[in-house]
Amino acid sequence: MSQAYTPGLKVTPWTRHRIRRILPIPGEVKKTVGEAVSATDVVAETFMPGNVTPVNVANMLSMPPGDIPECMIKQIGDTVEVDEPLAETKGIFGFFKANCRSRTAGTIETISEVTGQVIIRGAPLPVQVSAYVAGKVVEVIADEGVVIESDVAFVQGIFGIGGETVGPVTMACESPDQELTPERITGEMAGAVVVGGGRMTGPAVRRALEIGCAAVVSGGLDDADLREILGYDLGVAITGSETIGLSLVVTEGFGEIAMAARTHQLLGELAGREASVNGTTQIRAGVMRPEIVIPRGDDEVTAAGDPDRVAGLLEVGTSVRVIRDPYFGLLGTVTGLPSEPQALGSESRARVLNVETTSGETVTVPRANVELIEE
Amino acid sequence: MTTPESTTSARGPVPTALDPSAINVVLATDCGSTTTKAILIEKVDGEFRQTYRGEAPTTVEEPAADVTMGVANSVSEIAELAGRKLIDDDGQVIRPASNGQGCDIYISTSSAGGGLQMMVAGVVREMTAASAKRAALGAGAIVMDTIATNDKRLPHEQIQRIRELRPDMILISGGTDGGTTQHVVQIAEMVAPAKPQPRFGSEYRMPVIFAGNVDARDAISQTFDDSVELSLVENLRPTMERENLSPARDAIHDLFLEHVMAHAPGYDKLISWTDAPIMPTPGAVGNILQQIADQRGVNAVGVDIGGATTDVFSVFEGTFNRTVSANLGMSYSISNVCAEASLPSILRWVPLDMDERELRNRVKNKMIRPTTIPQTLESLLFEQAVAREALRLAYEQHKDFATTLKGVQQQRTVGDTFSQQSSGQTIVNNMTLDLLVASGGVLSHAPRMSQTAAMLVDAFQPEGITTLAKDSIFMMPHLGVLSQVHPTAALQVFERDCLVYLGTCIAPAGIGKAGKPCFSYQITGEGINESGEVGFGEMRLLPMADGVTAQAVIEPSRGFDVGEGSGKRVEREIRGGTVGVILDGRGRPLELPEDRDACRQAVIAWNQVQGLAELN
Repeated sequence: MSQAYTPGLKVTPWTRHRIRRILPIPGEVKKTVGEAVSATDVVAETFMPGNVTPVNVANMLSMPPGDIPECMIKQIGDTVEVDEPLAETKGIFGFFKANCRSRTAGTIETISEVTGQVIIRGAPLPVQVSAYVAGKVVEVIADEGVVIESDVAFVQGIFGIGGETVGPVTMACESPDQELTPERITGEMAGAVVVGGGRMTGPAVRRALEIGCAAVVSGGLDDADLREILGYDLGVAITGSETIGLSLVVTEGFGEIAMAARTHQLLGELAGREASVNGTTQIRAGVMRPEIVIPRGDDEVTAAGDPDRVAGLLEVGTSVRVIRDPYFGLLGTVTGLPSEPQALGSESRARVLNVETTSGETVTVPRANVELIEE
Repeated sequence: MTTPESTTSARGPVPTALDPSAINVVLATDCGSTTTKAILIEKVDGEFRQTYRGEAPTTVEEPAADVTMGVANSVSEIAELAGRKLIDDDGQVIRPASNGQGCDIYISTSSAGGGLQMMVAGVVREMTAASAKRAALGAGAIVMDTIATNDKRLPHEQIQRIRELRPDMILISGGTDGGTTQHVVQIAEMVAPAKPQPRFGSEYRMPVIFAGNVDARDAISQTFDDSVELSLVENLRPTMERENLSPARDAIHDLFLEHVMAHAPGYDKLISWTDAPIMPTPGAVGNILQQIADQRGVNAVGVDIGGATTDVFSVFEGTFNRTVSANLGMSYSISNVCAEASLPSILRWVPLDMDERELRNRVKNKMIRPTTIPQTLESLLFEQAVAREALRLAYEQHKDFATTLKGVQQQRTVGDTFSQQSSGQTIVNNMTLDLLVASGGVLSHAPRMSQTAAMLVDAFQPEGITTLAKDSIFMMPHLGVLSQVHPTAALQVFERDCLVYLGTCIAPAGIGKAGKPCFSYQITGEGINESGEVGFGEMRLLPMADGVTAQAVIEPSRGFDVGEGSGKRVEREIRGGTVGVILDGRGRPLELPEDRDACRQAVIAWNQVQGLAELN
């Protein structure tokens, strides 16, 4: 067999990018087909049913649940304010009445004769969806949202934290192997997408937080630093909901590792442009990787990349990166794809490939341990 | 030959007049999250044997988005290997078998698309909520959360949690029949306004099963509106002393097929292909393990360790339990194993010196690139150490869950004063465990069988005399569903082709002083005649081939127990395997030296005895 399928992370100077921006429940779409949108424009809006608070009126009034409907001052559909009486006992000859007040504002949704429980629904919660990436609306999905299309430079990372953010690309490291240390992050980088080189150190991330950077992108990150940044040890790679104050994108992996030269060069070329960054990572079925999306002008659409090219075929001559020890991070070119499984140092048998490294050395690694450098 | 008749019901085609004597060729598939595995079972010389297998990537996601494509691909692989046409030109499975073509029945299990994810609710966490959880787990579900009135969350927090979850279905229980209805209605009153959203699309009505106090049915029906699909089934805890989980489990299976599977791509077609209802994969594994334990009259534990989760199944004294440790696994969840077990606990099992910072980064790199495999011996030994801790933690969780019913009133006499046991004790007893079965990548694909056996023994710490085995090619799901339609065929294949016997572990319970006698042994049988003494802290391995049985006489020293009590002799027939007889004098509970160097020396010695790896 002379080829195999091995996906890699996408890094491309130009691709036609489409994103669906959809509300979690039906609502109002604010844009029309053909309209140009900026990253921060609201494209759809709705209101989620408010939070629900149960109040056990029977317990509070020491009454049997069946008697509660008679004691209710407020009925289903009535609004109620904080501290307003909900129900009241009849008392003795009209005296010694006890009442039960609401601890929350909202609307009475149900009154139960079985449990004596009253459900109060809070005010509807507004939900807005922004465009996230500047571009043109090409489709409106009625009551749900829009599809936005734009020509962009696209960089996929391997791991990230934090959700969507937007800011200008700002280079903090001159070379892809330069460590991102706090002194490289300056006051002018507030609101920026800061691009490092090799490992981003914990103090550098803290500095970026102090300054108010939108995101930090770099080649590697130490697990110990990640633990300190998050305040806990991350168990599974499902991220995106963290609220640490900025988004992080690691392009290569954990440890001392340089950013791929192409990635660093591409981001360098686009310094000053507005980038949309999403740190959300989900490594499960339906994998999601973090991304850096940089819209490009119409006049820039070049032959820099073929967006429709079928990628992922591993054959002799393709560029790969080794993604597991003992050669983790090593870059090279495939020189052989033996078809028969071979014994590894671990004594397991697996299908392997030969890689010639940039220094001219040839190493043998399991096929499962490489990823394609998509160009 | 007669054609098996089948009718279609809510649970898919049900073989109404399936004549087992008419079945000679069985095609079975398991549609996993990533791979669809097909096996062919044929009657050879009057006995059922698994003859061919094939596998192909599961096709539930774009661009294919039709599970039957993966099924057809895996079946085509079998067809090629067996030289037997199994799918006709219209893409249908050929039935019945004739002229060396087709099969008599086609059956399948599925865990594609993340399997079945459920939320359960009950009144008291340790009682009806625990019973509801057992029913859901036993049906093969992943339980996302358990809501109970005493789960230490405030009502609005519970409602918020229900709103955030996106389960495939919800099971509500609570109250014994004839008892108070108020508390269980209160639970329903929290679930209803939360309007939980299903995983699949907005047109899908959330299935809610009520399996609580029958007197509360009317009130429950009034509590929910049309946005949910409410099913009322028998109470799963009709009295405090009795669990009745079958009706709830059957309802879960029905709804799994009717709703969850029906919304997964291509499943409507797959359901029409099969001759028996499609089962969730773990439910099928539990089925076959239960049948084996019942048939042989043994206590058995099965484990399946995957990339994200670890399933543990047990049958003790006829009672079946299953747990899923949702975040204990070898790739997606490897980092969580390290967080839960702690790195020093993992490193106890590693006979080499390793740098902690580098290891932590390696673990995270495995988490973000889960399909990579260990290339070096060092990497393999570390992963196997992680597996020991993942298995140990999963088994601990299983023991905590598999208990006698809580809340049962016990009558005690004065004689019980000093031996009182409260209800809710674990029923998992390592001393009475007879058979321990391993499956899952790290156990099945270990380069040496001795490594699989060592991981099992170190993690589960079986006591007394225990047979160790592994599932050869993860065939248990197929056999689990086959046992529903043809138990004899399932049991024959299980015995002959499914299990690879690793051997027997003999391990007395008790603690002693290093080097002092732990037990003496005499093992005699075909091709084996061994006797000797094992000191505390020592291990020994006696080769004894698969298929060989021998008589073992074990005499434990005072303070050690192999099943009959402290210092009492035990005589038992044992079976060999690809590894042999492991004589484990390390004592139970197994305690490793706290000092890192002493620990490493001990692990090196055990490694050497068992032939686990060539350490330089």
